Amino acid sequence: MEKEKLLEVRDLKISATNDDGEIIPIVKGVTFDVHKGEVVALIGESGSGKTTISLASLAYTKPGLHFAGGQALLNGEDLLSIEPLRTRELRGAKVAYLAQSAAATFNPAITIGEQVTESAVLHGVMTQEEATRRAEELYHALELPEADRIGYRYPHQVSGGQLQRLMAAMALCGNPDLMVLDEPTTALDVTTQIEVLKAFKKVIQEENSAAIYVTHDLAVVAQIADHIVVLYGGEIMEQGSSDQIINNPSHAYTKRLMAAVRPTPQSGLGTEIGAEHDRDLPAVQVGNMTAGYGGIVSGEPKITILRDIDMDVKNGHVVGVIGESGCGKSTLARVIAGLLPQARGSIKLDGKELEGDLHGRKLEELQKIQFVFQMADTALNPKQVIGDIIGRPLEFYHGLKGRQKHAKVVEILEMVELPADFATRYPMELSGGQKQRINMARSLAANPEVMLCDEVTSALDSIVGANVIKLLTSLRDRTGVSFVFISHDLSTVASFADEIVVLYAGRVVEQGPTNEVLDPPFHPYTRLLISSVPELRIGWLEETMQKREMAVGIAKDVEITAVGCPFFNRCPMGIEGKCEQESPPVRNLEDGHQISCHRTIEELNQAEMEIQQVLHGYEKPGVDDSHPTAH
Amino acid sequence: MNENKSTKEEAVLAELDAFAELPDAPPKRRIKLSWVGKLSVAVVAFWLVMCVIGPSIAPFHEMDMDGDDGFMDAHSNEYGTFHLGTDYLGRDTLSRIIFGARNTIGISLASTILAYLMGITLGILAAVKGGWIDMGISRINDAILALPTIMLGLIAIAWLGSSIPVLIGTASIIYASSVFRIARALGQDIMVQDFVEAAKARGEGVWWIIRSEVLPNAAMPLATDFGLRLVFVVLFISSLSFLGLGVQPPASDWGSMVRENLQGLTYGSYAAIWPAFAIATFTIAINLIVDDVSAKSGGSLAKKMV
Repeated sequence: MEKEKLLEVRDLKISATNDDGEIIPIVKGVTFDVHKGEVVALIGESGSGKTTISLASLAYTKPGLHFAGGQALLNGEDLLSIEPLRTRELRGAKVAYLAQSAAATFNPAITIGEQVTESAVLHGVMTQEEATRRAEELYHALELPEADRIGYRYPHQVSGGQLQRLMAAMALCGNPDLMVLDEPTTALDVTTQIEVLKAFKKVIQEENSAAIYVTHDLAVVAQIADHIVVLYGGEIMEQGSSDQIINNPSHAYTKRLMAAVRPTPQSGLGTEIGAEHDRDLPAVQVGNMTAGYGGIVSGEPKITILRDIDMDVKNGHVVGVIGESGCGKSTLARVIAGLLPQARGSIKLDGKELEGDLHGRKLEELQKIQFVFQMADTALNPKQVIGDIIGRPLEFYHGLKGRQKHAKVVEILEMVELPADFATRYPMELSGGQKQRINMARSLAANPEVMLCDEVTSALDSIVGANVIKLLTSLRDRTGVSFVFISHDLSTVASFADEIVVLYAGRVVEQGPTNEVLDPPFHPYTRLLISSVPELRIGWLEETMQKREMAVGIAKDVEITAVGCPFFNRCPMGIEGKCEQESPPVRNLEDGHQISCHRTIEELNQAEMEIQQVLHGYEKPGVDDSHPTAH
Repeated sequence: MNENKSTKEEAVLAELDAFAELPDAPPKRRIKLSWVGKLSVAVVAFWLVMCVIGPSIAPFHEMDMDGDDGFMDAHSNEYGTFHLGTDYLGRDTLSRIIFGARNTIGISLASTILAYLMGITLGILAAVKGGWIDMGISRINDAILALPTIMLGLIAIAWLGSSIPVLIGTASIIYASSVFRIARALGQDIMVQDFVEAAKARGEGVWWIIRSEVLPNAAMPLATDFGLRLVFVVLFISSLSFLGLGVQPPASDWGSMVRENLQGLTYGSYAAIWPAFAIATFTIAINLIVDDVSAKSGGSLAKKMV
């Protein structure tokens, strides 16, 4: 049965005018349809025009852009030529927009309920009482806690994932014909993303609403979209049903996008350890370290972030540090770099104790540990040319000047696969991925032993991010530098790291070689993280939600506790009366694999077996019997 | 058709491989002024030229009482032509405005530069060092800011007497306090940026961080503010002169010219209007340039100023 067409976009062209009056086409003739009750995904990298196209369905262009041709028909009415006054009736009532960041969308000074119902009441769609009732229904549909009371709270009183869902309630409250969702889960942790996705999908089905879903993440799209439009440079590369695009892509660009999708984290993805760099002494040793913010009173900081961390970074190895936001990953890197002195415990470099504060460290020690910041946009001084940015560590640590320095800068640019003439450019004249390369090049210029990479691929598109990882791998192989690679993205870590440290609420819950950590037995938290990474497979979301750990684990924030196991309130296997009171014992397995849990290894293995049975039925054996047990 | 499609696919892939990522960001934009901006630059340039060559091209000396009478309209006599008429003592208004430019703009410029040197040094120092140094300087600064500027000026002049160095000193100290606030706020913003953190992690010293990381990034907003601040100082000096405490007669200055000739308005003389007009052209022109520059550089600058 052919569904009714809601939005027809016909040969849509959008152009920009630059300062010199030149007209630059941004969207070059795009045609697609949105039917009632259908979710259409616009997928592409930054600069593909996907947000611009989605905004056209609101009869809106960003400042500096204008419609240059074509049509966008909503219920037969052309949005490109409607009266400005008519757009007020349209926006919010007929078409609703969901921005990427809910935190920035909600007004912190007005209660949530008021904001959710505002647009519906303003447009005269319903009275305040009706709207409030409708909002409550939506809170229930979106599975928000305390649905009857959440409307009276203020935005800062709910979690990020809840706020994102509340924004969906805001959009749906006035019963719009069409919703535009702009990267609604991109900024979220995997565990939160899954919760939001699930709620979105349910509410879209129940309300039978149509939506345009804008994202760069194919795996997310596979869960929620009926129809996929693949964009590149303002043109459609390919479009078709989700099934067709995901399982049988025909365009080479789509295939390229698929290849860049984060693979499911599993053992065997990591590269082999470069044995030639192996030396006896670890490059960095963190011993029983506790750190936090605020004044330190008798070895305890006012706010403790990291508690009793023990980890080694062996020479030439890549250690991946993983956990959700708020687990203390960045703090760990800052402590190692000396930016935040630890409260107690030790940091050793090549076996020699380091001062906590970097002012107390020797120049040579500073040079050996280099920090690569997350956001290349802010980590590079916009007023310095690339040559000066990379040249400074050369001059500062190695005393290179003039021609010698320039030659070395060119050499380093070559290492990060950028042309030599970039040395005269300013950071602003570079793309995001290029800036990230410069950011790493600056650290490389110091000729370090250890590079601390804090979420270096998080802000990048999948293809660009994959290229950066490729570069890091080749750098490791060529220079023998050790990496501490911090990420919330388990699949990136799985494909790059030799060892993984799983942090939860400032404690190491599991660590060991990548292949061991990603094979059962798992710490319940590691299991939750692995299960939450979306797979490029239709139906994955429903399947995952059946798992027991999901029901308990998602939709909760990280809480830092001083006593007991911090994961207790999210753990499907918690032992009441024990886990929340006693610190869990460290269980040592083979190859330095450690799990910190009150449950025994047998119990963890048993749990894994049950999960596999839920997923695959009884015919498939869950876990190998030969698996290691506690010694 | 099929062939066409595959060549297009190849083109996209070739593009992807060539950049390995996105196309280059657009080259940096030069700041281009609108015609209003250009006109304003011309006006400011005109007055600056007048400061330098004014006295040698003015038809009369500022102190010559050569007119037929006080508060005359434009007329000629055996000494020459009085294009804008005469003031209350029969002096040529045009010549006095040309001479006055040197005093008004010169004093203002000197005060503003001095205010900037003091304000930036202390402001950046407070931002970088923080703690007690910041606390100390900021509280003293708050005290200065709390007092009305004209009152402060009056007190200083009553105490030290009116002379050009005293005027410059007073104006610069008063206006240094607002420069301090802006420099400190800008400095604090920049100090928490990752690139400063990166420099600290590298082990750089305080002075290197100030010179290479903080100042270059504060320069543009500070330069814009310089224009605005100069306007305020012109008005401040003019108001002091209007009260009779600024530049002392017989030397000319735009503010005191307005005051001297105020009574002329009742006789229908324009002698008080012309210097007021000169103040207006100079200050409005600078304001327009500042507006234009900050609008072209993204508008965020104007927000930071406040």
